[in-house]
Amino acid sequence: MTPATPAPGTRPPRRLPLTWLGILPFLIFVTLFLILPTAHIVIGAFQDRSGAFTLQNIRDLNTGTIPSSYWISVKISVASAALGCLIGFAMAAAVTFGAVPRWIKAPLMTFSGVASNFAGVPLAFAFLATFGPVGLVTVFLRNNFGIVLQRDLGFNILSFWGLTITYLFFQIPLMILIITPALEGLRREWREAAEVLGATGTQYWRMIALPILFPSLLGTFALLFANAFGAVATAIALTGSSLNIVPIQLYAQIRGDVLGNPNLGYAMAFGMIVVTAIANLIYIWLRIRAERWLK
Amino acid sequence: MAFLEISHLEKSFGANRVVKDFNLDVDKGEFISLLGPSGCGKTTVLRMVAGFENPSSGAIRIGGTDLVGKRPNQRNIGMVFQAYALFPNLTVAENVGFGLKIKGAPRAEIDRRVAEMLALIGLPDLGGRYPFQLSGGQQQRVALARALAPKPQVLLLDEPLSALDAKVRVSLRNEIRAIQRELGITTIFVTHDQEEALSISDRIVVMNGGIADQVGTPFEIYNRPSTRFVAHFVGQLNVFSTDGAGNLAGVQLGAGRDFAARPEALHLGRAPGTDIVLPARISEVHFLGSVIRLTADAAGARVSLDTFNRPDVPPPAIGTDVELSLSSRDLIPLG
Amino acid sequence: MNPIARLFGWAALVFGLLYFFIPLTGLVEFSLKARRGVYSLDAYAKVIGDPEFQATFGYSVLMALVTIVIGVLIVVPTAFWVRLKMPWARPYVEFITLLPLVIPAIVIVFGYIRLYNTSSWLPMTGSVMGTNILLAFGYTVLALPYMYRAVDTGLRTIDVATLTEAAQSLGAGWGTILGRIILPNVLVAVLSGAFLTFAIVIGEFTLAALLDRPAFGPYLQRIGANKPYEPFALAVISFGITWACMGLIQLVTRFSKHTRAQN
Repeated sequence: MTPATPAPGTRPPRRLPLTWLGILPFLIFVTLFLILPTAHIVIGAFQDRSGAFTLQNIRDLNTGTIPSSYWISVKISVASAALGCLIGFAMAAAVTFGAVPRWIKAPLMTFSGVASNFAGVPLAFAFLATFGPVGLVTVFLRNNFGIVLQRDLGFNILSFWGLTITYLFFQIPLMILIITPALEGLRREWREAAEVLGATGTQYWRMIALPILFPSLLGTFALLFANAFGAVATAIALTGSSLNIVPIQLYAQIRGDVLGNPNLGYAMAFGMIVVTAIANLIYIWLRIRAERWLK
Repeated sequence: MAFLEISHLEKSFGANRVVKDFNLDVDKGEFISLLGPSGCGKTTVLRMVAGFENPSSGAIRIGGTDLVGKRPNQRNIGMVFQAYALFPNLTVAENVGFGLKIKGAPRAEIDRRVAEMLALIGLPDLGGRYPFQLSGGQQQRVALARALAPKPQVLLLDEPLSALDAKVRVSLRNEIRAIQRELGITTIFVTHDQEEALSISDRIVVMNGGIADQVGTPFEIYNRPSTRFVAHFVGQLNVFSTDGAGNLAGVQLGAGRDFAARPEALHLGRAPGTDIVLPARISEVHFLGSVIRLTADAAGARVSLDTFNRPDVPPPAIGTDVELSLSSRDLIPLG
Repeated sequence: MNPIARLFGWAALVFGLLYFFIPLTGLVEFSLKARRGVYSLDAYAKVIGDPEFQATFGYSVLMALVTIVIGVLIVVPTAFWVRLKMPWARPYVEFITLLPLVIPAIVIVFGYIRLYNTSSWLPMTGSVMGTNILLAFGYTVLALPYMYRAVDTGLRTIDVATLTEAAQSLGAGWGTILGRIILPNVLVAVLSGAFLTFAIVIGEFTLAALLDRPAFGPYLQRIGANKPYEPFALAVISFGITWACMGLIQLVTRFSKHTRAQN
């Protein structure tokens, strides 16, 4: 039994300065394997080969195929995040507000848990097997309707839209997983109060429900964006190196210094951090603005 | 013709008949309470008037116009919910002005009406706050202001006080009644609390199992309950059984029936004007302030009676043998 | 619910389900086509018989288990200590644990390669063992957001302070408190985090490929570029593993609700 008060002569407990020692292992771990490596990249982006400060690497980002690779990466990420939010929201709303039978909800949530984690190389194979040159849908359309995806619809799995619809396979379930609890938080009385005050369903959604959901929607969008922007495995397995997006370029640079300048590689990685950080800062800023009415 | 007429209203959920042949006429400006235990159908009636539920059959008319089939947003009704249903993303002023904004009222008119409403509920300075910054009682007052701002024809209150603590509950119910009188708005108030219903209603509808058992003023409901359920649900009750010949303590009342007396109808000792006297033994004494509630064993039953506190007369001790008297005119025959 | 909303709901649901199931059908169908004209399990037989499959798969399973152990050892004491003694630090710790969702994995591993190379102060990539450890730490970082959230949510449901004080008053030290009081109480949360970590690590590509370790993810990618049907069989297998992990999460969660209801 420890005595409630220290006996005379023993050291008084120095609680305050030592408390943080409890999370020291965690701090050392994240410093070594998360903060320092990231900081190394960021600093390296502003150094030349001899280690002196320079902005040349950042300027060099504007050369060759690098700007276009950023642009196409951002486009794919925005498109897959926006469509993921939209479709995922519609599905989550359908099961939450009773447009479809209630029992569908539990299996849908389980399935979303699986599908949102089914990314990377296997996912790429699934879409190749479906929309690739000899894929299930491709062959089905050609044999039954005489439609050749690439020739008649301009669709190619190794393209902007090909990658976008592949990413949607994990973006939609991720949205469902995150937004469903938020939708469940909408209280029935809010809708009814709006209705007796004369509001239509559309007015209720525009003036009450969407503003309440706004922070969650934005947060999920930012997350989905970062999720797609950093995806390497799916893109490489799907397109090899035929699609010029940032993660693939950076991957090639790390493997073989294809840019001929290691510090330019740092700058590319730094650029990726900047893009995802901007997405998240926009989210945080809008969230603070939108949450004046929250504790 | 009554202002609000509910006739032959029925509601079934599947095989479950929740409301059975419910009829009610409400005059303009009247304050009506629907009183009953949970599951008696009172909230379902209210939700049918609001338009959230469609009646299985029957009619609801306001000023002669049938509401059935109209959507809630076309009915011009005000409603206050049990849990504070204020919109969390809008300020108090925006909440109160919501109905007028939907109607497309000009900005100046909305501002004027909001100020008027906030003054009415006694919170003139809180227009800029968000709901989470208010206490429960304040939120419910804002909800009342929000319901009243668009000048609805009828105000519906769905257990608006049950989420509040006891003290706020009493003060707010008096405030609601005062505001209702001032505006002269026809009001239906749903509650399971009989004291609440008795204290603020013009008339009370006591509901049981989807049926309106009795409709009457608080005075009638309390003193002349027409069914055993109403007698038991409203107020405290002592039940006496007559003997085989229909006598109670030698007074002929009628065979095979039970009779009830309110605690305040029993008197300690032989009071003038009483004709029934029962020997009794005091078993409990509760000093409540102005009233002392005594429990006694009399005529084979445990009865309670209220006596006024008189500083010069201490209450009887437990175990004392006493006589209780009552007038047979105060007995309520139970069906 | 008006008919238009109902129709819209059904449309969204059917669209979504088609979206999910058509690619999976395509995948399974393709994986069965190794023999001309008939469906067969030839691709699966070939894959499972491939010694490289066995080696890489075994390596990834081992990596996943090591990652789970490291993750639990780091996350559980931290989340516990923050809840108990440093509640003011919770937002900051939470922010750090969410960083891996924002900083792309490829950037983190790029940092590893440059920071811990053979000529650095901590030459982890200089030896096979060092690289293996680095990979496990990297996986722990990737799993950190999920693991921390799961454990922190689990801790929220128990009264950490009271349990700790009760244990202390009975003479328990910190090790006993963590191992015998806190861990069993958040076991379901830890298991959920563990299965999720397993699902993430088993098919991970970027870290393993760039650190040049013989893991399942890079093997999958390499074989995808060289073989016609085998990669699809492998993809089906890894989908099955993901599904099993999620199923196990459901199972332990339901089991815990069951026992809690009985108490």
